[in-house]
Amino acid sequence: MKYLESRKYIIQAIFFIVGAVFAVKLFFIQVLNSEYKHAAEANAIKRIVEYPSRGLIYDRKGKLLVQNTPVYDLMVVPKEIKGIDTLRFCQLFRIPLEEFRLKIAAAKVFSYVKPSPFLQKLTTEEFASIQDNLVEFPGFYINARTVRGYPHQSLSHALGYIGEISARQLEDTAYSEYEQGDYLGISGIERQYEKHLMGRKGVKYRMVNVRGIDKGPFKQGLYDTASVAGQNLSSTIDLDLQQYAEKLMQGKKGGIVAIEPSTGEILAFVSAPFYDPNLLTGKELGNNYMALSKDPNKPLFNRPIKSTNPPGSVFKLVQALIGLEEGVLTPQTGYPCNQSLVKCAHGHPHPSNLYLGIENSCNPYFYRVFQSIVNRGQSKNIYRDTHLGLDQWREKVLSFGFANKLGIDLPFENSGIIASSNYYDKHYGKTGWKYATIYSLSIGQGETGATPLHLANLMAIIANRGHYYTPHLIKGIGNTNSPLPQFQQQKNVMVHPKYFEPVIQGMSQVMSSRWGTGWHANISHLGIEVCGKTGTVQNPHGADHAVFAAFAPRQNPKIAIAVYIENAGFGATSAAPLATLMMEKYINGSIAKNAKRQWWEEYIISGGFYKNTSH
Amino acid sequence: MNRSPRITRSIDWITVGLYALMLLLGWINVYAAVYSPDNIINIFSWNINSGKQLAWIGTAIVIIIVLLVIDYKAYESLAYPIYAFMILLLIGTLLFARPIAGSRSWLELGSIRIQPAEFAKFATALAVSRFMSTINLRHQNWKEHAVLAGITLLPPLLILLSNETGSALVFGAFLLAFFREGMSPLILIVGTMAVAIFIITLLVPKLYFIGVITVLLGLFIWLNQRLLRKLRIIIPIYLAVVGMIFSVDFFVNNVLQEHQQNRIKALINPEADPLGYGWNVTQSKIAIGSGGILGKGFLEGTQTKFDFVPEQSTDFIFCTIGEEHGWIGSLLLIGLFMALLSRIIFVAERQKTVFGRSYGYCVASIIFFHFLVNVGMTIGLAPVVGIPLPFFSYGGSSLWSFTILLFILLAIDTNRKQDLTR
Repeated sequence: MKYLESRKYIIQAIFFIVGAVFAVKLFFIQVLNSEYKHAAEANAIKRIVEYPSRGLIYDRKGKLLVQNTPVYDLMVVPKEIKGIDTLRFCQLFRIPLEEFRLKIAAAKVFSYVKPSPFLQKLTTEEFASIQDNLVEFPGFYINARTVRGYPHQSLSHALGYIGEISARQLEDTAYSEYEQGDYLGISGIERQYEKHLMGRKGVKYRMVNVRGIDKGPFKQGLYDTASVAGQNLSSTIDLDLQQYAEKLMQGKKGGIVAIEPSTGEILAFVSAPFYDPNLLTGKELGNNYMALSKDPNKPLFNRPIKSTNPPGSVFKLVQALIGLEEGVLTPQTGYPCNQSLVKCAHGHPHPSNLYLGIENSCNPYFYRVFQSIVNRGQSKNIYRDTHLGLDQWREKVLSFGFANKLGIDLPFENSGIIASSNYYDKHYGKTGWKYATIYSLSIGQGETGATPLHLANLMAIIANRGHYYTPHLIKGIGNTNSPLPQFQQQKNVMVHPKYFEPVIQGMSQVMSSRWGTGWHANISHLGIEVCGKTGTVQNPHGADHAVFAAFAPRQNPKIAIAVYIENAGFGATSAAPLATLMMEKYINGSIAKNAKRQWWEEYIISGGFYKNTSH
Repeated sequence: MNRSPRITRSIDWITVGLYALMLLLGWINVYAAVYSPDNIINIFSWNINSGKQLAWIGTAIVIIIVLLVIDYKAYESLAYPIYAFMILLLIGTLLFARPIAGSRSWLELGSIRIQPAEFAKFATALAVSRFMSTINLRHQNWKEHAVLAGITLLPPLLILLSNETGSALVFGAFLLAFFREGMSPLILIVGTMAVAIFIITLLVPKLYFIGVITVLLGLFIWLNQRLLRKLRIIIPIYLAVVGMIFSVDFFVNNVLQEHQQNRIKALINPEADPLGYGWNVTQSKIAIGSGGILGKGFLEGTQTKFDFVPEQSTDFIFCTIGEEHGWIGSLLLIGLFMALLSRIIFVAERQKTVFGRSYGYCVASIIFFHFLVNVGMTIGLAPVVGIPLPFFSYGGSSLWSFTILLFILLAIDTNRKQDLTR
């Protein structure tokens, strides 16, 4: 061990050598080399950020949906405000002296030498009134920013809003380009397309001496980068239709989605109750947001993609299609309206074929249809047979987009649910359930959940006779005229196109036949053949919710629509007329001037159907 | 118990004195780093770092008392359990910590954040020393070497996975402790050569470098024909070196993340991008360089006053010393560290057990490594990695972990006379 002891000298030597090397290098830096001394005194470099203008958003006809409005932040550098006339400042800016002192104290805590906001989001008028006086007060200067402005009062849920980046996001490296105080999209299209809309910040480097005085550009602007404006977006929305839909939905709760079937472009997107998007911009954003979030009617809740309810009778169309595809149903199949299986509220003759089954929305009919799909004798064991049948059925249902996010270009979409065999196994045990347990699925009740978007998409599928494009809100980004690639892919469902015609015939009869549930809303006299399906969603807490889903015209469909009105009772007298008014508006350009159509418009706007419900 | 008189008699007061001096100077300097002339805040104020540092110092004193009261034998017997607990903590951090600025290395309990990586250092030192007391490194038993490597490499591996390269690199310091306990000097020599090759590869085009080595080797052999017999050894070494040069190149360009590549670039030529990756180093050198011989005076550092140096109360604390106290101040700081390190080695050498001595060298090596890299990066001799200057940099985790590291040694040391009677 004595031998090893001498190693301590080696280690000591290493320590001392390092210390000596540092001492020598420091001598060079501190004593011999005067470059650093001069650099410290002569200049330092100040980094000034340039904010790019955020992309604008237009509707499908080129009307402006979202614009940029200038606002001004009054910034203060505490170090530089020595000797200003505080009293005069407070008089001019109409601020109490105490508030002035508090704000300056807060700014000093943040940084004595760096600028912090003193007054934020001044309008152009407020800025103009103080602009001339600013010279009297060194240390205060203006930072020009833009916030969003809306030349209309619609579409707040789809557009979303912007706000300051949060502390949590700042710590995440995904947001490394953002600094404290930057704005970014928080919801809606503003959030979903943030990368396209934000553009890129520019940076200017100025030489500044140790007292903070600007001494010109650094290296003639060699390191400066110009800001890049955000890309404009072209939306699929038709602003006229959107505004009309909101007018029809005023004072009501629910959601509407209208899609152009051939492309998946969303023509209208309404969540009611709605609010003016101009509320969530500018100085009052914070207060307005608080008020909206406390409103018991939940105006901020994006119903078309988040409100999940059992689809109800509209789902019978899916049952019919799958039944036809599986060969257990033909257009001529008839079943009696046997109320001992399940109650049927419609008071109609026994449906002797599929068309009548759809036309009258007969519950026992579809009880039998679904049963024939699920129990097909694939196994002698009834439990296994139901298991297999249900899962095969479910696979086809999922191909229509149910129980999954469709992938719309908005954040926070709900996927809805369609119960599976696993679910029932967990709740009842593997041999604890069979058709009698799950029959409510046949009429779109029970363990199901779909959003209005799902239903509108279903209409698009039927309109296209078997395929759809993922519904989306933006059809053009920047200079290109096409949406993101995932919206350009055609998606086929697991039902052959030839089976759609009988179902469509049934849907047409819903509107045209005297016994059809949608008869009140028929507009064939206006030259438009509508194919639709009514629905009523049971609500244990009050009046039932009304649903109506349809597309028009029957040949070369232009619009597929789902309307969902909470607590409105029957779909036939509330959601259906609303939908056909929208279709008439979109296809014909305006509502016919005859008394009947005008009466319907007035009835819907005023919510006359509420009188019929225990609302 | 008659323990306290014994402790106060035999604790190494010189080390304690140096420690206290460094803490005091460190505290004053933190104040200088955050001081602003037109906005004078009391040094004790809770709102700024110097006040908080005082709180950390206060709690450190409590920790010291606890450490000294604990039976010194506990450190040796609990070495492995402490180490195991630390490993679990590191794994926990890896799994549950929230990413902050790209690395997942803080555990949060309410509003308190601790960095387990800091505490892994003394835990590993304890485990390593315990293990070394059971083996003899000179025996070149590769199984023993493997276990030792495992103990030493596991924590830095976990730390690397949570993206904290600086803290992981510190574990290289253990090599010095191994050297003292009998590890072949070959490792140190090979290590130094590897670092040299690494640096030269970055500075010089690799084909040029390889060419020069080949020519030199050929020349050497031609001049000394006897070496021809040793060709079987020389050729593989040559190929290994060439391989290393290529892999360094590949590693730096393809494996390192971009911000790490930038740190290396900043080291080699910071002037190439003074506003980007060269910013920290350039500002740091300007601050230090402007100090001259005597410095600008206490609280008069303009560069650090106006927040030009980033991280100036933590990683770049040396800038305040350099700017305000000049070359003389820098020399004093270096002197203080040299004195502390020498004293620690002296204490280590007088331990009667392998455990005690080995632990002492671990302490010295770890502190040395921090000193080397931290001061080195402020003057442009080491890449910018986030490790603190012991006792000077502001920070609770760092202060506590170094205090624990040092005072465990002093606790073990107080019993050096006791062992005679056993």
